[in-house]
Amino acid sequence: MNEILQSFIGQVSNPWLKLGIDIVIILIKIAIVIAIALLHVAYATYWERKVIGHMQVRLGPIEVGPHGLLQPIADGVKLFFKEDIIPADADKPLFYIAPVIFFISTLTSLSVIPFFNHFVIADINIGLLFLFAMSSLGAYGIVISGWSSNSKYAFLGGLRSASQVISYEIAMGLSLVGVMIMSGSLNLVDIVKAQQQYPTGMYFIPQILGFFVFVVAAFAETNRLPFDLPEAESELVAGYFTEYSGFRFALFFLGEYTGMLIMSSICAVCFLGGWTVPQFIMNALPFLSKLPNIVWVLVFLVKVYAFMFFYYWVRATLPRYRYDQLMAIGWKLLIPLALLNIVITGLAKILIKG
Amino acid sequence: MEHIEKTFETRELTISMGPQHPATHGVLRLVLNLDGETVVRCTPYVGYLHRGVEKLGENRTYFAALPLSDRLDYISSMNNNVGYVNAVEKLFGIEAPERAKFIRTMVAEMGRISSHIIWLGTHVLDIGATTPFLYAFREREVIMDLFEMLCGARLTVSYPRVGGVRNDISQEFLDELYDFVLDFPSKMDDYETLVTENRVWKNRTVGIGVISAEEAINWGLTGGTLRGSGVNYDVRKHAPYDVYDRVEFDVPLGKNGDCYDRYLVRIGEMRQANRIIKQCIEKLPAGPVMADAPKFTLPPKDMVLKDMEHLIHQFILITKGPTVPEGEVYMGTEVPKGELGFYFVSDGTGKPYRMRVRAPSFVHASVLPRLCEGGLIADVIANIGTIDIVLGECDR
Repeated sequence: MNEILQSFIGQVSNPWLKLGIDIVIILIKIAIVIAIALLHVAYATYWERKVIGHMQVRLGPIEVGPHGLLQPIADGVKLFFKEDIIPADADKPLFYIAPVIFFISTLTSLSVIPFFNHFVIADINIGLLFLFAMSSLGAYGIVISGWSSNSKYAFLGGLRSASQVISYEIAMGLSLVGVMIMSGSLNLVDIVKAQQQYPTGMYFIPQILGFFVFVVAAFAETNRLPFDLPEAESELVAGYFTEYSGFRFALFFLGEYTGMLIMSSICAVCFLGGWTVPQFIMNALPFLSKLPNIVWVLVFLVKVYAFMFFYYWVRATLPRYRYDQLMAIGWKLLIPLALLNIVITGLAKILIKG
Repeated sequence: MEHIEKTFETRELTISMGPQHPATHGVLRLVLNLDGETVVRCTPYVGYLHRGVEKLGENRTYFAALPLSDRLDYISSMNNNVGYVNAVEKLFGIEAPERAKFIRTMVAEMGRISSHIIWLGTHVLDIGATTPFLYAFREREVIMDLFEMLCGARLTVSYPRVGGVRNDISQEFLDELYDFVLDFPSKMDDYETLVTENRVWKNRTVGIGVISAEEAINWGLTGGTLRGSGVNYDVRKHAPYDVYDRVEFDVPLGKNGDCYDRYLVRIGEMRQANRIIKQCIEKLPAGPVMADAPKFTLPPKDMVLKDMEHLIHQFILITKGPTVPEGEVYMGTEVPKGELGFYFVSDGTGKPYRMRVRAPSFVHASVLPRLCEGGLIADVIANIGTIDIVLGECDR
């Protein structure tokens, strides 16, 4: 498919037309990715409610559609038609823009996630750095929303979130340095390919320390239990989005779940081998290489959803940490572990090469 | 060069937590002065649920005021009823028959389990774990169904009566209760697996809201909140009522007086309550469930409908109330929240001259500033949960 397109574009001589075709292709890719991603986000909420429901001896959504399958759509429609309340004392321009910043920054991260070999909107060579940049940018949305709501609960939630995201960003960035050293690239497609060539097929085995730090940091980055302090409902009512309603609230909600999807995708790409299965399995079962591409996209999705399941599982099991304990874990445990991991990985790489 | 000294003026942030807040267990309002995340000052405001229960009690006969006690601590209405009827019986100088006493002890301990299980669920939910909360409702539902089977009501039961209980219990009820009693310890193990040794839970509760034994006594704490500090005081042991002197049970005690010890104490109390129910079922004697004291107890309903004398008897007691000896009486009972005391001043008429309720939740709410100040916001939540207050009782 891609080759045919490339050859077609190659025949076009007019540079402007060529640019136009490129843009159209990118737009189509974006449309597909956003549509599919948002559908996944919607059904991630459904799946979460089902999983947690069954863990908590209840059924989860069951009324809307067969087995409640239409529940996310009903929720979306409801949120869309709800009244959009803006507090009288809110800083209105900032109040408007905060959910948009949050949502767009998480959505933009989708552009560098490789769902399959060539199916990535922007195959840039600093994909991993781009992801970090975007997830840090999302914190601005949260802080601005907390500030502009002019509510003390939202303000505290925003402050908590800012410090939390900044602290855990470091741990998370450091945890992935090991992967960068092993694969020698920041491009996510290359990282996946390098993993497939590696004897274990997945980096989470040699990078077990980094994997651990990444998982914990991912929970904190996406404000999920046990680190959901910015929106701790028993302390801060709803945290930074206390004053939001209707569609603006939906943007935060979607952004948060997209964030989870992206964290799961990063985990799948960097530690679990993306859309590939380890080489030794491929060698043992040669018929696998004849399977159509769609199967490998499904493999990727299975990995993503397995990680999402882990998110839900933890949410159903653990209480919430306190603010100072959260900071202590970030600075005193995760960052030293991540640094240790970098040292070990670097030494191992030098020793094996030399 | 001119030296300009500029110190930034910082202010404390005042937030009003409640009366509408997810974690204040009703309509408690705490005004918190915060320095960052640290609580500098905490001022509780109560009274949002004030209904004038004490005054209402003074305008009703002793029989008609019983349902008011349901509405004190609406989570454990059975225990309040038992406390109320015991106090009134003490004032009247009558005693319930054996069978009624056993039944009361049994249903009061069921009430204790259902109240503690709500406490466990909400306390753990406040600290962030959602699953035990829903598990808790599974067990509470069984007890609620049993109450419904017993008297038709689930929440505001008004089952015990002055001089006994309203109706005898059925064999079917006993069988189902016995099944529950046998099953309950394994359910408790479920909770303990999820919570007791959980590291996050321990981080959030060990060493939080510490109050020493001496201080706890000085603040007037009772119940699990007091015993968490290691003070061995339980009304059921020290001034036994009903049949608590004839059943075996231990009083779980804490050591450090922190949230975690209070948690362990209440978990232990649930197991002990289960033990008491089991003994009550096994020892339950046969006999009447209403005292034979015609001046103070209502005649049986079927006789009222058939017989003139009984009708007049009922009419007099309902309209005028019983003729009560003059004097005053205080009776404390151990409800799930602590020591619930009823104090009556009688002027010889059918209505109390003064009815006073010593509500443990009110006393416990007053200790909140002592527990919260100097801690973090998250500790405020843990502390509200750990003192186990219900605002219906606190505000009366």
